[in-house]
Amino acid sequence: MTSRHPPVQDWATDFDHTDPGWVGDPYPIWDNLRQRCPVAHTDRYGGMWLPLTHELVSEVAYDTENFTSRSVVVSERRPGPDDLPAPIGLAPPITSDPPFHAIVRRMLLPAFSPKAIAALEPFTRELCRELLAATAGRPSFDAAAEYARHIPVRVIVRFLGFPQEDADLMRRFIHETMEDVDRSPEEREAVLEEHEAYFDAQIEDHIVHPRDDLTSFLIGAEIDGSKLSEAHIRGTLTLLMIAGIDTTWSAIGASLWHLARHLEDRRRLAGDPELMSTAIEEFLRAYAPVTMARLVARDFDFHGHPFKEGDWLLLPFPAANRDPEAFENPGVVQLDRARNRHAAFGLGRHRCLGSNLARMELRVALEEWLARYPDFELSDPSAVTWSAGQVRGPRTLPVAIGRNGG
Amino acid sequence: MTQATFRVHVDPDKCQGHNRCYSVSPELFELDDLGMSSEIGTGIVPAGLIAQARLAEANCPEHAVSVTETAP
Repeated sequence: MTSRHPPVQDWATDFDHTDPGWVGDPYPIWDNLRQRCPVAHTDRYGGMWLPLTHELVSEVAYDTENFTSRSVVVSERRPGPDDLPAPIGLAPPITSDPPFHAIVRRMLLPAFSPKAIAALEPFTRELCRELLAATAGRPSFDAAAEYARHIPVRVIVRFLGFPQEDADLMRRFIHETMEDVDRSPEEREAVLEEHEAYFDAQIEDHIVHPRDDLTSFLIGAEIDGSKLSEAHIRGTLTLLMIAGIDTTWSAIGASLWHLARHLEDRRRLAGDPELMSTAIEEFLRAYAPVTMARLVARDFDFHGHPFKEGDWLLLPFPAANRDPEAFENPGVVQLDRARNRHAAFGLGRHRCLGSNLARMELRVALEEWLARYPDFELSDPSAVTWSAGQVRGPRTLPVAIGRNGG
Repeated sequence: MTQATFRVHVDPDKCQGHNRCYSVSPELFELDDLGMSSEIGTGIVPAGLIAQARLAEANCPEHAVSVTETAP
């Protein structure tokens, strides 16, 4: 992924999360900044801050007075006066602030509870098996493109009640939303309009033909006796699509990337299914895909830094997960790490709504993979590519299947 | 001979439904319809589950789970 921006000169004063250096390997950059700053700044994107320690990331996540979630994806285009104002925001509840946030979130939570998510497990497992069956007999293939990336999109499309054949379209929408963040405001406007039109058509279809899925659930939902506005429904559908696909695809891919490069871990996990529960949390800690963002809500002093209303703040939960003050040997992946208070799903009231869904998909994807391919490695380490922007995971992951696999 | 009593508690104001305590120790915690956790019953931890209770405490990202020990 190439950035349209000039190369970064100094990470402490000129950082850019789309720079190839960050995209390829952000961990040394974060470790260095954590010691040097630990709050970095850049003039790019109109001005943005970056706290690096677990303590500071937590502080921001819990502070909904000084920081607003009105926009959580950093781009050249900030929310303008014509956009939905906080507390609702463009994609509720992730872009909502208190007190509206809690009301919307409460409405959605039951659909994402562990019990509700368990109902999707058989579909997910069957899907994983199908995808793996399609690779049968091949000595090598791309585990990101042919396995990881198909799983969350197909599950979420089923969950929302969209046609399964629209999975590719969904992936393009996500790419345009999450990765093309350095396009001009005019280009982004046009792209977002196309997305809106698609969701409006889906909502319309569900109004005419109600069925048992999340879209129909949202159409029927009420807050204080009032139906949700079409903009609210569209925003929440957009959120669930974006938040539910790229992220888990990245987590599955990064876990496979780790296992492909660590023979001992691969053998231990393939041989001991009991290890899976701590292993999953450790993969989520070490390779947490999601970095969130906030907008500074008002001028104030943040640990000696002059935060101004409207400044962006990048909220790197993955960097918090690598803070040695919070985790012993954070750079080392320990599949049996017993004490693991990681923040991969965020902290505070915006805790990832879909965390139970993500965990289920990651667990099933790894279980099915290891059952079929206990022995595999990277066939060409230099060909591995990573996504740019606020969701990090491998997008090309060529693996060679060992003699014992398949 | 009496022994110390261990009690586990989930602070409902801090719990955000990460579900870590429940996955570590379903014997000690239960989830409501929203996926939020609370201790089962009075939260008294059976002798065989003290290590589990400690793990639940150590894995809560929100520091919502606490284990307290009362001397006999």
